[in-house]
Amino acid sequence: MTDNVLYTYVVRLADDAIILSQRLSEWCGHASHIEEDVALSNIALDLIGQARILYSHAAGLEGKGRTEDDICFFRVERQYTNCLLVEQPNADFAVTITRQLFFSAFMLPFWTALKSSNDDVLSGLAAKAEKEVAYHLRHSSEWFIRLGDGTPESHSRIEAAVDDLWMYTGELFDLDEITNGLVKRGLAIDPETLRSEWNETINAVLARATISRPDECWMQIGGRSGEHTEHLGHLLSPMQYLQRSYPGETW
Amino acid sequence: MGEMLRNQPVSSQQRAWNAVSGVLDPEVPALTIEDLGVLRKIDLLTDGTVEVTITPTYTGCPAMSMFVVDIELALVKAGFDKIVVKTVLSPAWTTDWLTSTAREKLLAYGIAPPVGKASRRALFGEDEVSCPQCKSDDTVLSSEFGSTACKALYKCNKCLEPFEYFKCI
Repeated sequence: MTDNVLYTYVVRLADDAIILSQRLSEWCGHASHIEEDVALSNIALDLIGQARILYSHAAGLEGKGRTEDDICFFRVERQYTNCLLVEQPNADFAVTITRQLFFSAFMLPFWTALKSSNDDVLSGLAAKAEKEVAYHLRHSSEWFIRLGDGTPESHSRIEAAVDDLWMYTGELFDLDEITNGLVKRGLAIDPETLRSEWNETINAVLARATISRPDECWMQIGGRSGEHTEHLGHLLSPMQYLQRSYPGETW
Repeated sequence: MGEMLRNQPVSSQQRAWNAVSGVLDPEVPALTIEDLGVLRKIDLLTDGTVEVTITPTYTGCPAMSMFVVDIELALVKAGFDKIVVKTVLSPAWTTDWLTSTAREKLLAYGIAPPVGKASRRALFGEDEVSCPQCKSDDTVLSSEFGSTACKALYKCNKCLEPFEYFKCI
């Protein structure tokens, strides 16, 4: 069965997960201390697990005999449809944590809502991913508060991270034709319905971290149609290198 | 078990279950896949194929491919040759499925078993976890994430031992 619209939606979700996972993996061996190294790698691992299920599902929906690896490793930048937020560089630890907070605060109500999708794979995955993301959100919230309500140095870094990343949060709530059509079929979630919970979480965490919420501003979008920031290509290069050089290689 | 029962021929279904249910978790070798609730069911198909259904604990659990190999190996040793291992996502695995035996085995192995029932957690709530060594409740979370996806790191303030906690999900 071929369902191009659902394929597109599932690949977007998979791309979000794999790109953020790849970013977090860059911390492996470099985090401030061993527990944090382990934590970021564990979050990356959860996201790889989610991405694999989504890519395999997408391959089935496409019906052309491609595998999860084909979709992940043999598409170029313009064919990737992750949101811009997840591809932003790690920069310092404050940026990594802020990016994770913004994304996880959205994904927790998203997976909760997607449990009632008419698509069995999506609803099955949602029930699992919801539990995993609850941990990701706690982890990033606790760090965000510790850093925001910490030293003048950590406070100013978190503040700068919020200012840098805020303009990428609007895309999470973007509703285009693809999503809208699937919402009507009971397969996808209208992101607008998640906005109040996202706001509530973010406001609560920002307040405890003594960080003020940025004013509403212009929001950068484009990821869903393959228009990315300059950073994505540099992320895909190391991620895809092995399969590009030795197509189909396994271990 | 009574003498009569013991002399009954064991069904293929039962032989398959006995073989597969003993497969150990490679990352927490105190537990079998039956203890964990990872092993969901075993069906004997009409063509003689043994179909084993398992479910992952976490979506990214790297032990899953080990489980598949170990299950196949256990069945081959038990004399089966047509084997299919199926993975299902639904219903989502929960620590509520850990048997009481499994909880005791975890504790004896030095890992604190999950506390309470899995439910949606408050953003800033914390579990009260007892130290598996000295049983003190005076413990502190050192990291939400441990050496595997299913565990968190704690430290006991009384005996000062660090220990792992099997997360409640």
